[in-house]
Amino acid sequence: MIKFFLMVNKQGQTRLSKYYEHVEINKRTLLETEVIRSCLSRSNEQCSFIEFKDFKLIYRQYAALFIVVGVNDTENEMAIYEFIHNFVEVLDEYFSRVIMFNLDKVHIILDEMVLNGCIVETNRARILAPLLILDKMSES
Amino acid sequence: MALTVVSQIFPREMIPAVLPLIEDKLQHSKEIIRRKAVLALYKFHLIAPNQVQHIHIKFRKALCDRDVGVMAASLHIYFRMIKENSSGYKDLTGSFVTILKQVVGGKLPVDFNYHSVPAPWLQIQLLRILGLLGKDDQRTSELMYDVLDESLRRAELNHNVTYAILFECVHTVYSIYPKSELLEKAAKCIGRFVLSPKINLKYLGLKALTYVIQQDPTLALQHQMTIIECLDHPDPIIKRETLELLYRITNAQNITVIVQKMLEYLQQSKEEYIIVNLVGKIAELAEKYAPDNAWFIQTMNAVFSVGGDVMHPDIPNNFLRLLAEGFDDETENQQLRLYAVQSYLTLLDAENVFYPQKFLQVMSWVLGEYSYLLDEETPEEVITKLYKLLMNDSVSSETKAWLLAAVTKLTPQAHSSNIVERLIQEFTISLDTCMRQHAFELKHLRENVELMKSLLPVDKSCEDMVVDASLSFLDGFVAEELSQGAAPYKPHHQRQEEKLSQEKVLNFEPYGLSFSSSGFTGRQSPAGISLGSDISGNSAETGLKETNSLKLEGIKKLWGKEGYLPKKEGKTGDETEVPPVPQESIIMENVDQTIIKKDQSQVLTQSKEEKEKQLLASSLFVGLGTESTINLLGKADTVSHKFRRKSKVKETKSGETTSAQNMPCSYFSSSSDVTYEDDYYLDTLQDRGDKELNKFSLNSELLDSESLTELPSVEKLSSCTLSTPSLFTDDMEGLHSPSSTAASVANEISLASSLLEETSEHMHSDLVEVCNNETISVSSYKIWKDDCLLVVWSVSNKSGLELKSADLEISSAENFKITEQPGCCLPVIETESIKTFQYSVQMEKPFTEGNLFGFINYQMMDTHSVQLEFSVNLSLLDFIRPLKISTENFGKLWLSFANDVKQNVKMSESQAALPSALKTLQQKLRLHVVEIIGNEGLLACQLLPSVPCLLHFRVHGDVLALWFRSSCSTLPDYLLYQCQKVVEGS
Repeated sequence: MIKFFLMVNKQGQTRLSKYYEHVEINKRTLLETEVIRSCLSRSNEQCSFIEFKDFKLIYRQYAALFIVVGVNDTENEMAIYEFIHNFVEVLDEYFSRVIMFNLDKVHIILDEMVLNGCIVETNRARILAPLLILDKMSES
Repeated sequence: MALTVVSQIFPREMIPAVLPLIEDKLQHSKEIIRRKAVLALYKFHLIAPNQVQHIHIKFRKALCDRDVGVMAASLHIYFRMIKENSSGYKDLTGSFVTILKQVVGGKLPVDFNYHSVPAPWLQIQLLRILGLLGKDDQRTSELMYDVLDESLRRAELNHNVTYAILFECVHTVYSIYPKSELLEKAAKCIGRFVLSPKINLKYLGLKALTYVIQQDPTLALQHQMTIIECLDHPDPIIKRETLELLYRITNAQNITVIVQKMLEYLQQSKEEYIIVNLVGKIAELAEKYAPDNAWFIQTMNAVFSVGGDVMHPDIPNNFLRLLAEGFDDETENQQLRLYAVQSYLTLLDAENVFYPQKFLQVMSWVLGEYSYLLDEETPEEVITKLYKLLMNDSVSSETKAWLLAAVTKLTPQAHSSNIVERLIQEFTISLDTCMRQHAFELKHLRENVELMKSLLPVDKSCEDMVVDASLSFLDGFVAEELSQGAAPYKPHHQRQEEKLSQEKVLNFEPYGLSFSSSGFTGRQSPAGISLGSDISGNSAETGLKETNSLKLEGIKKLWGKEGYLPKKEGKTGDETEVPPVPQESIIMENVDQTIIKKDQSQVLTQSKEEKEKQLLASSLFVGLGTESTINLLGKADTVSHKFRRKSKVKETKSGETTSAQNMPCSYFSSSSDVTYEDDYYLDTLQDRGDKELNKFSLNSELLDSESLTELPSVEKLSSCTLSTPSLFTDDMEGLHSPSSTAASVANEISLASSLLEETSEHMHSDLVEVCNNETISVSSYKIWKDDCLLVVWSVSNKSGLELKSADLEISSAENFKITEQPGCCLPVIETESIKTFQYSVQMEKPFTEGNLFGFINYQMMDTHSVQLEFSVNLSLLDFIRPLKISTENFGKLWLSFANDVKQNVKMSESQAALPSALKTLQQKLRLHVVEIIGNEGLLACQLLPSVPCLLHFRVHGDVLALWFRSSCSTLPDYLLYQCQKVVEGS
């Protein structure tokens, strides 16, 4: 089960956050700062999984962007680790390099891929299909 | 798009409205729509599983969809459902295996590949499902061996995601029924993970190893060196995972090293969660495997000083209990205690060291209880040290209370007591009411040395003080007051009740009817008063309450004493003080301003007795507190962790293991042939008839017609249910007519069946065979009589030989009182005949489940004697009987019971109405329905011989709010559990 999905930059600002389990709004910021701090404090040689309170963090760094996923302990860490990469590949394909100004679309993509804490789609073409239809509609 | 929204945010109430629309979409021609529809259904399943129950068949269709996406989406639903109930979906194993085979074999469209691995997340999901399905099930597991093998083989590519698949594979291989070749391969995989230079893989390997090690500890030996390397790894996460692994393989030999490592890690780590977690584990290990006393105490010291105030309160409580109750060996106990005392004194000697509050509390308790073991140091010195701590500002007031309690305990042992006097002076003027209270108590105690010594005996911490919680000695005062014209005391809820009834005409409070009808005109029952004084204590002494509830076990004896003390004073008649009568009434007034009218004179005395009032109020409350503390302890006994070396608490465990052995005994012995079976049936049938006759003579009191309907539902031992007797006999006749003894048998049958029909009004369980061999078979069944449980064993001789000196013996069990009914010893069992033995069983103390063991001895004509052993499982439910009382009595009883448990239970759909829910409870748990008022109901039952338990319940939609009260502390919990099982299960 995925508990939350975060995209953070190196300065510790949250770019995107999505929770699949109810967390109170004011507690979210607190949680996010703690999560980011623990991720930033780790070096490249250390492993990408962190045990954090009663769940686990899996993070990956892409240039200045961190993607952090919180999962419960029954989840397969490596699968999530690769899933992050899959997600980034999808973003790459759609946005062709300029990512961070179309957050609504990132949300749509994420919603296609993760639902209720489960990975539901990993096929790139299929993830992007609804989004492309939307684009076509707005153009015409 | 709408479907996406539906699957994300959707209120449960709207499901019925939208469901048909979504069901339509399942047939849509576009696969993306179908997929979304399935996902929306998954969401529905998450929030309200019972609303989509009827379309499970459609999920199956989705699973077989020609599009991979739709199929993958349906897997989520299945994963969830299988997790809840794996046995219901075993038939799908084949489909899952085929799907996985196709995926692994690369039969999917290319665009599902991720880095040339076919749909890795799909594979992982499938593997997980298979793991759940194959758990402990050899047949299902066999189906998947092939595909697992293939997955392991295929996933050789060097890519992260294949490792993820491998990991899942290994996980599955170890969860399902083991197969040696697969295990070997999986172990090899783990080896590769662990040895990998990549840190993420190492982590994964360690995790897998941790999982695997529980089944196969030898694997750890192979990777010894790697594990040790990982222990010193710079990455704390790896280190932690390794510790987790070590925690699983700890035993008596390696405990010292492992705990050492854990403590090292603990000292470096800062995060609270990790500390709490790790401290708990260390404490658990230390209790389980401690090699010697010194080590144990030192480890616990470290745990307390590091864990400090964040750790779980169970840890210090368990520790203190271990010290107090001790082991089997008394000298070892003394050594352990002595060592603890010594080590604490040295710790306290150190200057300028700050210990966590909890640690100080533990210290003060131990010093207070066991300082007498010291030779060279006198109690005075210990008191001096405690005094120093008391004067320390950094110590919290709760800890100070502990410290003062310790001083109180030590005072009778001390000879000169300047310090104690100073201490009393110091604290009688303290601002903290709680401390002031303690100091006054100490002061009064010191004035009466004899009393003090009797109240504070040395080394009696395990023995509970007898406290008159019902305050019966106050009855006289109350009666006197009443005769003087004071209004009777009314408990809190009743006052509210009256207020409400004055304000409104209609009363919607839950107990409206029962309480007002019960009408408290006479003197309140003692327990009612203590209940009321609990409330007064609450309002007056909230501070006290806090400390009291926090102290739980460690201080229990102390509270007992204190609760006892002021009462004693009142009894012995401390002449200088005004007798406590008015105080009691003042308390009443205090809590009950709306109703009680006071005599003028008593109001005048009020100001004078302010202090006494406080004292009494708190003492009343404390007395009650003690009771509840003991209750808490009683509960903890059954649930909390048992110490390895303690002999006291083994009964539950042994009970469990033997009940498992009971299972395989089936009604038929598989080896015997058909004719034998026939014989056996007849035997048992006839035997049953005999039994019923017996019972008739024994038990003339017939149960009412209700019990008739209960009969089918109480069949707990369901290995073989006899339908209706008449049907059964028809069957038998058909089967048996060709055999030679047909005529005589037919007679027997008719006799037996008539008897059966007649006696089926009694509640009894089915006949279950408990043991057998080629010559003899023993069966048993239970008869739930009104006043006891009757267990009947029937021995049938199947051989053609006479058995001599047959003797059935039931070994006495800890919790039961067993009485033999007449006619139990038989010198001879004739050929092909049946004899029965009856035992009535009484429960001596409540427990949830227990076993009755026995054996049968007999001698054949020419051989030596043979002994057969058997056992019968008894549960608390066997001793529950309906309690028939009126609503009025219910109200009265309800108030007098101190132990209550509340819980909301969700009902299954089939019985979402009150009457049906009631019926199930009545039938399955044998509860008596006292009254039904609107959507509420009152039920009562009793635990034999006579422990009543009351239940109030109310229905809100599909939620059942249950509220139990009983005079026994464990009974409500148990009944709640049973109710839950019944209500949710069916």
